[in-house]
Amino acid sequence: MSTAAIDSFSEARPARAQSALGETIFRTLCFSAATLLMAALAGVVVSLAIGGWPAFHKFGLGFITSTAWNPVTEEYGAAGPIVGTIVTSILALLIALPLALGVSIFLVEFCPKRIARPIAIAVELLAGIPSIVYGMWGLFVLAPWFATHVQLPILMDFDSNSLIGRIFSGVPNGANIFTASLILAIMILPYMAAVFRELLLTVPSQVREAAYGLGSTSFEVVAKVMLPYVGKGTVGVIMLGLGRALGETMAVTFIIGNSHGFPHSLFDSGSTIASTIANEFAEATSDMHTAALIALGLVLFVLTFAVLATARALLAGQKN
Amino acid sequence: MLKTFVATAGVAALLASAAPAADITGAGATFPAPVYAKWAETYKASTGIGLNYQAIGSGGGIKQIKAKTVDFGASDKPLKPADLDAAGLYQFPTVVGGVVPIVNIPGISAGQIKLTGPMLAAIFYGQITKWDDPVIVKNNPGVKLPALPITVVHRSDGSGTSFLFTSYLSMKSAGWAGKVGASDSVNWPVGLGGKGNDGVSAFVKQTAGSIGYVEYAYAKQNHAAYVLVQNKTGKYPQPTAQDFAAAAAGAKWAAAPGNYLLLLDQPGANSWPITGATFILVYKEQANPAAGQSVLKFFDWAYKNGDAAAASLDYVPLPGAVKSLVRKQWAVNVKAGGKPVYSGQ
Repeated sequence: MSTAAIDSFSEARPARAQSALGETIFRTLCFSAATLLMAALAGVVVSLAIGGWPAFHKFGLGFITSTAWNPVTEEYGAAGPIVGTIVTSILALLIALPLALGVSIFLVEFCPKRIARPIAIAVELLAGIPSIVYGMWGLFVLAPWFATHVQLPILMDFDSNSLIGRIFSGVPNGANIFTASLILAIMILPYMAAVFRELLLTVPSQVREAAYGLGSTSFEVVAKVMLPYVGKGTVGVIMLGLGRALGETMAVTFIIGNSHGFPHSLFDSGSTIASTIANEFAEATSDMHTAALIALGLVLFVLTFAVLATARALLAGQKN
Repeated sequence: MLKTFVATAGVAALLASAAPAADITGAGATFPAPVYAKWAETYKASTGIGLNYQAIGSGGGIKQIKAKTVDFGASDKPLKPADLDAAGLYQFPTVVGGVVPIVNIPGISAGQIKLTGPMLAAIFYGQITKWDDPVIVKNNPGVKLPALPITVVHRSDGSGTSFLFTSYLSMKSAGWAGKVGASDSVNWPVGLGGKGNDGVSAFVKQTAGSIGYVEYAYAKQNHAAYVLVQNKTGKYPQPTAQDFAAAAAGAKWAAAPGNYLLLLDQPGANSWPITGATFILVYKEQANPAAGQSVLKFFDWAYKNGDAAAASLDYVPLPGAVKSLVRKQWAVNVKAGGKPVYSGQ
């Protein structure tokens, strides 16, 4: 190191040559980082496809449409987990989105500077809590509370044949699709709120001040100036939350009730793709069982990819 | 310069000290992991040989030993003799555990309800749906059973506990055997799944009228409201260490090829009906005799000195007769180049 420094001082020529060489090395490094990522992605897809092939080959489309998941008879249909994944993710998004919007608008628009930072940091800290901690909290705190204060009253007050009775039917123990969605919502909230906040901060203060100067109310500034300004970013935030909710494993496993069939109501127990894999992979000894679980992984991959692709398409559509 | 020298010397010293005592590597079942860890700690203190055991689940343990990445695999369910032969493996039991049904029925305390195998099967199949069902009432004279619907709670994760429990139900009910069967994870006809013993126990505690099943050690440590299950002789033993040991002692190990034995519904007035051992898998033909020898040496040491540690963690040690039988098997079954790798001290 020290000799190299002396060299470059004593001779003018190598300095330039070295920087050209450095450029090349730098470019190669960046290129290989990018290709390595692509290769890893391709590797994952290929190995999932190969590992899951026996299941796809044997069950065909039935793997996605059938609800039979029976390790004893080696029959695998993943409709239950697939529907469970989509329903919990969308529900979580519906719950988290307004909250994330509220938090970030409050932080950017109304909150005194002095407490804005602590709140922002607290929101970001929420994102750092391990998923399994949310799961345990859900199992030991949320589920029993939910069972006695929400499920029981609904069970008792509504006729089980009425529409509400049917939507909310289920064993009152708090382990169901809805509580899993609640936990998911809490988990994706900090991500969405943090990104929303950053987005809202990109609105130039001149624009906001101009709107206030024209006599707009706070609500009008937020709804008619700031949100349209960050419009396409919003889609990105939603997709970020959805992507995370789709793949979340541990917390959901604890609280969704883990039954493989098709969920019949919001308060029925169900399963998601990730929870099924987490539950069964360690003890899956037969080849077809392992293949079915890997095939599930591929289905989740495709699902997540579809979400991202949709986000891209929406963003592209907004540009025009 | 000096730093490099010190570092080199340090590395050399490490290599020198590590060379003679290679650690034993193993992977598999999570259920016996705490007792293996405790044995390993004491064993290392007395011999200097450590055990690197990865609790990745029985399925993973079987895969790892088949891939030859570990010295031994560990599984909560025994492999069938045909599977053992196909893979060239030999298995032996280490400790005994069992499954205990637990309930949450208002007004009912631990050990108050008595059920038979077929009743358990009917409950878990969803045929008996209320606690005051005449079948249950008739079997429990004098117990006031509420008209509460039964909620079934089972394990959601694949586990040896589920394997043992569903094997027992299959044994006791032809209907269960035909429609559901026995496995680490099955297609449960009714109920909801909790992850691990904690998950099952939490759901049972939170749901009035529920019934689930957990590992014996877990039920004991958490003072769960257990159910008594009728055994082969028609008696209702208590889920205690002695009654699990009774089941293990009553079993006919000598007549079980490949030690394939499920300690379910064993004879003996005190035998707890849902008992099972956990197993170690090693190759019959050891490619590395030294590694094979240190595995057997370790478990021989554990057989001799490990009972107190096992009991303190609520595992049930194997009866002495079973241990000596297994020791004799080692010399016959685990060899390298035709010679036993370990023949005891």
